[in-house]
Amino acid sequence: MIEFRNVSFSYDKERQVLKGVSFSIGEGESVGLIGANGAGKSTIMKLLLGLLEPTDGSVLVKGTPVSKSSLAEVRRTLGFVLQDSDDQMFMPKVADDMMFAPLNYGLPRNEAEARVDEVLARLGIQDLKERYNHRISGGEKRMAAIATILVMQPEAILMDEPTSALDPFNRRMIINTVKDLKQTKLIASHDLDMILDTCSRVILLSGGEIAADGPADAILRDRALLEANRMELPLSLALQV
Amino acid sequence: MNRLQKALLEMSELDRLTAMDSPVHRLSPLAKLLVTIVYIVVTVSFGKYDLSRLVVMVLYPVLAFSLSGIPVSTCFYKLRIAIPLVIFVGLFNPLFDKAPLLHIGNVAVSGGVVSMLTLVLKGIFSLMASFILVATTPIDRICAALRKLHVPSMLVTLLLLTFRYAGVMMQEAAVMSDAYRLRAPGQKGVHISAWGSFTGQLLLRSMDRAERLYASMQLRGFRGEFDYAGPVPFTLRDAIFLIVCAAVFILFRTVDIAALIGGLFVR
Repeated sequence: MIEFRNVSFSYDKERQVLKGVSFSIGEGESVGLIGANGAGKSTIMKLLLGLLEPTDGSVLVKGTPVSKSSLAEVRRTLGFVLQDSDDQMFMPKVADDMMFAPLNYGLPRNEAEARVDEVLARLGIQDLKERYNHRISGGEKRMAAIATILVMQPEAILMDEPTSALDPFNRRMIINTVKDLKQTKLIASHDLDMILDTCSRVILLSGGEIAADGPADAILRDRALLEANRMELPLSLALQV
Repeated sequence: MNRLQKALLEMSELDRLTAMDSPVHRLSPLAKLLVTIVYIVVTVSFGKYDLSRLVVMVLYPVLAFSLSGIPVSTCFYKLRIAIPLVIFVGLFNPLFDKAPLLHIGNVAVSGGVVSMLTLVLKGIFSLMASFILVATTPIDRICAALRKLHVPSMLVTLLLLTFRYAGVMMQEAAVMSDAYRLRAPGQKGVHISAWGSFTGQLLLRSMDRAERLYASMQLRGFRGEFDYAGPVPFTLRDAIFLIVCAAVFILFRTVDIAALIGGLFVR
């Protein structure tokens, strides 16, 4: 589904953000992207979505290189949930925001409306439909942001810090929602407990390179590896030790 | 709570007003928008000495306020910053036009005073009519109506995004202002020496947000054309409302209703 082939990226000559990164993610996989601040997590997301172009190597989605000519198809395939829901929810009401992508992709209004209702029902947030985006809480906004992506029916979902700044109840609600998603998932986060809960595989980035790539359970239990890369054991595992 | 936070609360008050239910709220946004445009055009078209003819134009906002259930005082409270500006515009007229235009008893009233009052009333009436529109119609419906009138998409999108993000930006400014005040106890507001970095910081944040926002739009298939909350219904009732209002405004503009009524009493 997703493939990085020896990808490097730098904003300027002095600071290379990614150095020859290679990995692939199969259909239906759920992968956590972890690493300290500045490790290159967001850059990987942006390269995948065609918001940045690699300085070297290639990024492929479903076997097609991400390029200007394939951008529309790539972005239709991948749904991206941004870290700050206020960046994502730009229409006045939740329903308008959810209609935005389907209408842009040429779906008739009645079909788009049906999709909106179906996604809202699936997530159990029908009450948000006619609410104003600037009047809903952080947790509701995050759920609505996920809904705006699900309504596109993407084949893979990318998420940037989906549980940041949420209270325990809303965090748990997001985790359960993410677990229920059947699509391929790539989740960048510092919330290692959430990654442990939702992902079967983890890619650990450090200084723009892959420091580890393997089963979530193994990597997230490796205290030495995590601490060497400016991270620490997930709280749920640390308490068991 | 700082002033920016109070302003934020006030902004959200508009949502409460648009969510009310009344005959005015139920009218088509397109009809209300067109009536407001006609009203403003007719109002500003009165001559500078047409004070008595202009006064009857107050009927529309007064009627609209009473039918919508929104108190007029709310309008004046919300417009408390704009109204002094309107008054200021006409303030100098009495200085330039001193020739007596009419007499009230033994008191001569100059053309400047009459033109000042006319100008002020034109401004206030136009503001009241605009307020009725925005207080009874959600912003997305106004945008949909504007697109129906073929207002360029870019302008309408700008209006929509400004409405959506004015609050977010004010929230950021409020947080920055709080952070500043916590480290500058005893100071009233932001000191002039910090204005540059304060606004610069806010501008940089806005630019970052604009970039993320545009990326988010692109990722969801945006090609430069917004869909503004679907079709804009326009029923027979809306058409009647539009025609009757426009006809009455034009009647007020062409016939001196105040003089006619006055004439009845003088005879």
